[in-house]
Amino acid sequence: MATYQLNVNGQSKKVDVDPGTPLLWVLREELKMTGTKYGCGISACGACTVHVDGIATRSCVVPVSLIGTRRITTIEAIAQDPVGRTVQNAWVEKDVVQCGYCQSGQIMSAVALLKATPKPTEQNIEESMGGNLCRCATYVRIREAIKSASQQL
Amino acid sequence: MRAAMKKNDELHLNRRSFLCASTAAAGGLLVSLYLDFPAFAQEGSPAPPPKVYAPDAFVRIEPNGKIFITVNRLEFGQGVQTSLPMVLAEELDADWSQVVPELAPAAEVYKDPLFGIQMVGGSGSISHSFQQYRELGAKTRAMLIASAADRWKVSPNVCRAENSVVYGPGGKSARYAELAERATRQPVPNTVRLKNPSEFHLIGKKVPRLDSRAKCDGSQKFGLDLDLPGMKVAVVAHPPVFGGRVKSVDDKEARRLSGVKDIFEIPLARGTGVAVVADRFWTAKQARDGLRIEWDLSGIELADSSQLSTRFKELARTTGNVVVARGDDKAMSRTPAARRIVAEYEFPYLAHTPMEPLNATVRFEGDKAEAWVPSQFQTMDQMAIAQALGLKPEQVTFHTEYAGGGFGRRAVIDSHVPVEAALIAKRFRDTPIKLVWPREDDVRGGYYRPMHAHRVEIGIGADGMPAAWRHVIVGQSIVAGTPFAAMMIRNGVDHTTVEGASDTNYNIPNFHLSAHNPTVNVPVLWWRSVGNTHTAFVIETLVDELAMRAKMDPIAYRRKLLKSEAKKLHAVLDLLDEKSAGWRKNLPKGHAAGISCHECFGTAVACAVDVSIENKRPKIHRATVAVHCGLPVNPLTIESQFQGGIGFGLTQLMGQGAITLKDGRVEQRNFDGYTPPYIGDVPVTIDVHIVPSTEAPTGCGEPPVPVISPAVVNALTRLTGKRYRNLPLVAV
Amino acid sequence: MLSNSRFFIRSLLIVLSFLATWIVLTASAANEGRDHKKLSGDANRGEESATFAEGLAAWEQVYSVLTSPRCINCHTATNYPQQGDDRHRHFANVVRGGPEGQGVPALYCVGCHQEVNADSTGVPGGLNWHLAPLSMRWQDTNDKPLSSAAVCRAVTDRSRNENMDGPALLKHHEEAVLVLWAWNPGRRPDGTMRTVPPLTHAEFVNATRTWVEAGTPCPRTR
Repeated sequence: MATYQLNVNGQSKKVDVDPGTPLLWVLREELKMTGTKYGCGISACGACTVHVDGIATRSCVVPVSLIGTRRITTIEAIAQDPVGRTVQNAWVEKDVVQCGYCQSGQIMSAVALLKATPKPTEQNIEESMGGNLCRCATYVRIREAIKSASQQL
Repeated sequence: MRAAMKKNDELHLNRRSFLCASTAAAGGLLVSLYLDFPAFAQEGSPAPPPKVYAPDAFVRIEPNGKIFITVNRLEFGQGVQTSLPMVLAEELDADWSQVVPELAPAAEVYKDPLFGIQMVGGSGSISHSFQQYRELGAKTRAMLIASAADRWKVSPNVCRAENSVVYGPGGKSARYAELAERATRQPVPNTVRLKNPSEFHLIGKKVPRLDSRAKCDGSQKFGLDLDLPGMKVAVVAHPPVFGGRVKSVDDKEARRLSGVKDIFEIPLARGTGVAVVADRFWTAKQARDGLRIEWDLSGIELADSSQLSTRFKELARTTGNVVVARGDDKAMSRTPAARRIVAEYEFPYLAHTPMEPLNATVRFEGDKAEAWVPSQFQTMDQMAIAQALGLKPEQVTFHTEYAGGGFGRRAVIDSHVPVEAALIAKRFRDTPIKLVWPREDDVRGGYYRPMHAHRVEIGIGADGMPAAWRHVIVGQSIVAGTPFAAMMIRNGVDHTTVEGASDTNYNIPNFHLSAHNPTVNVPVLWWRSVGNTHTAFVIETLVDELAMRAKMDPIAYRRKLLKSEAKKLHAVLDLLDEKSAGWRKNLPKGHAAGISCHECFGTAVACAVDVSIENKRPKIHRATVAVHCGLPVNPLTIESQFQGGIGFGLTQLMGQGAITLKDGRVEQRNFDGYTPPYIGDVPVTIDVHIVPSTEAPTGCGEPPVPVISPAVVNALTRLTGKRYRNLPLVAV
Repeated sequence: MLSNSRFFIRSLLIVLSFLATWIVLTASAANEGRDHKKLSGDANRGEESATFAEGLAAWEQVYSVLTSPRCINCHTATNYPQQGDDRHRHFANVVRGGPEGQGVPALYCVGCHQEVNADSTGVPGGLNWHLAPLSMRWQDTNDKPLSSAAVCRAVTDRSRNENMDGPALLKHHEEAVLVLWAWNPGRRPDGTMRTVPPLTHAEFVNATRTWVEAGTPCPRTR
């Protein structure tokens, strides 16, 4: 067990966990922040995507011991970011979600894309979102929502 | 069977009802299912008593005006928490902005009116509960009006309701919120007047989902997100071969992890396993992975995909138990060899892999229990938990949690996941136990869409139409040995093995269909659209081949081959033609169009795809879909279901879209080895067109799935000249 | 006077051009099998302690490491990295991105691969995890490793290898973080350890040194 001081959504959070514990489980079970989801545990599906110093990061494979002082942003706070807010609103407006389980990760990835590339091409979207799995296959509407958000940025 | 909606719909409670449900007394569960297929009607049973649904179990109007509508099915993506409340709110004349959906706990009153168990599946959410929810809304409205009329001492006939307000003569009005409490004391009316479709202002409209925001901001809780005081997490070590039993366990390393509470053997649905209980999921999983277990595999069949493939292929070359024997047996032999086709198909096991891993939470309190499960089979799971704990079902309070997908995986006849949770909870009195199946357990844990082999022989008539069709299907039965068997197995054949073929709408005068249901040591289950996943692929690719041989346009050929009574299919082919001809006739070089159509669960679908080949894989640029689902309740959710179902159906064509076994062990482990479609695998555009209709609504959950794979493969064949009869599609 | 100096200059020019030609011919003889574009100084160093043949043999040792999975999986000719000893395409559709090979927004390599191995989750890591540029590809677009001659050419071509000469290559093999990673590749998600290259790091460095001292000779193109 070790103690870590994490910067989560701008707040300092202290946790006592095994160093190898993935950030995902620290968020979900120590901090009770269940917006970030567990889908596979091997970074293949993207449901666990958070931002670490602004970089979209798959929290299920990053041990908490490797985070350090980097700033973590989760789905619970992404609305505070203007791009995040625009993306969420576009998601709602385009009725993207079905079961919704993958959508926290989809949104966090989409926000990372739009922050780097505010006017993405179809290929940009396909490449950047290409690692986020949705078993309900809401992909068509995900593309539409990203394009819609892009137009508003 | 489904009454078309007439102009004045007066529905009496003693109407014809298709419900037939009975539960056995102590011990086992006996559920009689009345499937909506004439072939499976229970002969000689009396007309079942009409079901009375008490509105107060479904609608609750709060003093602040909020209207809570209880949804009798799991919400797992299909949008039912919006569409069924829409139906009720329509007849209730409720202010839609005040509606809040709730998922029903397990209870008698929430059972599916047709199937007699509380469930979601068979694309029945709307189709089975449409009338039910309309009546509930209308009854509630009547009671609110009666309550206002009472207060105003006027006749209810001079009152009307609109947008959560009752209006009376002389400018009188009262909000539902004010009337609600008194209204519940009104007698529930026996007859209600339902709206004429022309009066609808919600039904038929593109109403946005009610759960969108919560699912976009991380606040939506799923079963896996549950957190209760004192809760512990359990992860189970399952045998590497189905039915294996624990011989010995070395748990020294596991017990050393801080937070591990206990490690012990438990019985499983097949064989035995070892449960690890810990404070946290990560600890439980690490401890479970650190167990060194010796398994007893003696006497257990070691399923092997290549052996099964050989065995199934051989079986398919022999006649099985007969399902359909129509016309002249000799027609085939009279067809010259030049006009005969023999085709053999192979389909692998498929895992569902819903995004939310399987989970169930149970707390055992000695004389009662509480359970939280994202369940497609609430009353069955409740009963199984009760049995595991030595309780009666009514002693188990069963909450339905939102589910991250299901596709059939959460509708398990043996309730094995909730039962595992219950057996573990039994050892931890008053402690909620959240059982989690990590993704690896899900991929390797069985309950797959069965693998199948087909063999079809076709004798083509001189007119290019199939004159004789002889079809053998081989695949495990999903329901054999379960309470569903009596209803779904006829002449030794599981209906789910042959659906989509046995009831084909193509007019084939001499049609012989038989099937084998071999026993294999691999648990199997329904996978979104069930038998249609493989039967539609076989039929639609063969029909396309016939069209090519006859040098006919594939849509025209299907129009000619379909029975004239197949109205829905004709309608969707027409609509598809209209909506896709533009792009189909203007394809760039290297592209081809693929067509398919299929009817299942009462809904007809036709599909056209624009396909090219990139990096030895099909690249699907676009799909156009035409749908006939009767009255479209919410065209927005229908469009989503079809876009999503098409994407889901593409799982079958993925290069790594197969579960295979070697020496009894599943070879895949996670999404790296069993890979469903990502965004690049699905067309950028899927345009959905709905045939306008006021017929009774039919389902949209499963009908999209069977059409996409044959449509894509039909396009590929036009590009490469090759036939694709073995899935998954490894190389094009 | 003028005619004398003109004669002198002409003679000088002839001698000088003869000398230059002789030097070039000698140098190219020594550079047999190599591209003419590089390492022109090395062949003429007096301190060579390895023969040409020893250098070629050493190169084959180096080649065996470079084409082992831990190295070649990131030296692809395609839009994607590989993973595993069977060198299958990396899951989750991760792609190269721009010339820096760092991935694309939302799927940067560093989004999963941290600065050290994450053994608890099975993800390898090292500082600035990224794909080698296409100029440093060691396989073809069908994922088949290039021949020894082709890889040698690629590795010694200063217009493609970030302008590294022999000593720089040696230093790279000795010290570069992502090179060293190959011998400490961490645990896979299933708990087993990843395999290491066929030589130890020390052997790899020694072979590189021998090869560099021989003038980084490359096998002749077959």
